[in-house]
Amino acid sequence: MAVTVKIPVPLQRLTQGKAEVEGEPGTIISLITNLDQKYPGLGERISDGGKLRRFVNVYVNEEDVRFLKNEATEVKDGDEISIVPAIAGG
Amino acid sequence: MEFTEEQLKRYSRHIILPEVGGKGQQKISNSKVLIVGAGGLGCPVGYYLAAAGVGTLALVDNDVVELSNLQRQIAHSVKTLGINKADSAKQTFENLNPDVNVVAVKERINSKNILGLFKDYDIIVDGTDNFPTRYLINDACVMLKKPLVSGAILRFEGQVTTILPGEGPCYRCLFEEPPPAGLVPSCQEAGVLGVLPGIIGALQATEVLKLIIGKGKPLKGELLIYDALGVNFRKVRVPKNSDCPICGKNPTIKELSDIPEQYCSI
Repeated sequence: MAVTVKIPVPLQRLTQGKAEVEGEPGTIISLITNLDQKYPGLGERISDGGKLRRFVNVYVNEEDVRFLKNEATEVKDGDEISIVPAIAGG
Repeated sequence: MEFTEEQLKRYSRHIILPEVGGKGQQKISNSKVLIVGAGGLGCPVGYYLAAAGVGTLALVDNDVVELSNLQRQIAHSVKTLGINKADSAKQTFENLNPDVNVVAVKERINSKNILGLFKDYDIIVDGTDNFPTRYLINDACVMLKKPLVSGAILRFEGQVTTILPGEGPCYRCLFEEPPPAGLVPSCQEAGVLGVLPGIIGALQATEVLKLIIGKGKPLKGELLIYDALGVNFRKVRVPKNSDCPICGKNPTIKELSDIPEQYCSI
């Protein structure tokens, strides 16, 4: 069992159309760095210089990591990560 | 206000709901709702609120109806091509329900006119298509303490949340700042499934009616995410941010300003 990462539709072109990918346990930022090696470009869309971008939210099991330990939030096997960017279409 | 025979018939399916009843329908008839944007979201929100008999329904839009809108903006038609969207939707909603006072506001919302436009309304609905206006609407609603039902769509995905200033988090608690130009595509650039605003707009209209009749649990402190391709509805928690620049403990935004143009080209 790994960490499940839900990819929002606008970023799925970087994950070969996959809505869900597997990540490795550890801190959120290490998980993103690892994902970027598999799916180049993904890391840059979510983070910048080791910090999460302020218009993209990352949730661990429905909780916003900004209100946990931010980039240092630990994720473990079985956790579900959601990446939720702001969208503005109307 | 007493309902006429005709109104009792028109709203009978509401009135027989114990949660609505005559009293709830009366509240709906007395309510004043303002929708920013008579586009993909504004059309279905306005359509259902007009059908429900909302007393006054204002639509704010300064664009005209174009052929590329008709794939999803269901209040407009080939007959209203080239006509202002607020006017076009007003015609449609008045045909559906003459009880409703539909006000067409043919202006682009900005930091100067927003407070004056919002002040007489009970609930604000965000159906705009750009980040600067979304942040401006949020800030104005926080300042005026007006409930805001926010919806957004892109490609196959939609987001909805209800902002109750003073009680729950605001849009800035959810997304601290707008993305820089070019990083998040618009519907014009990235496309949107035509029915998606119908789903998100119907959810927004539901939230509005719940707030009016005071029943159920508002979508406060939560963001509902709909993924049409995966057929998923997900909710994530949105805590109130004590450092929020507009609704936090020490707000730094004290007056409204228009977000620089660089954010407008997304």
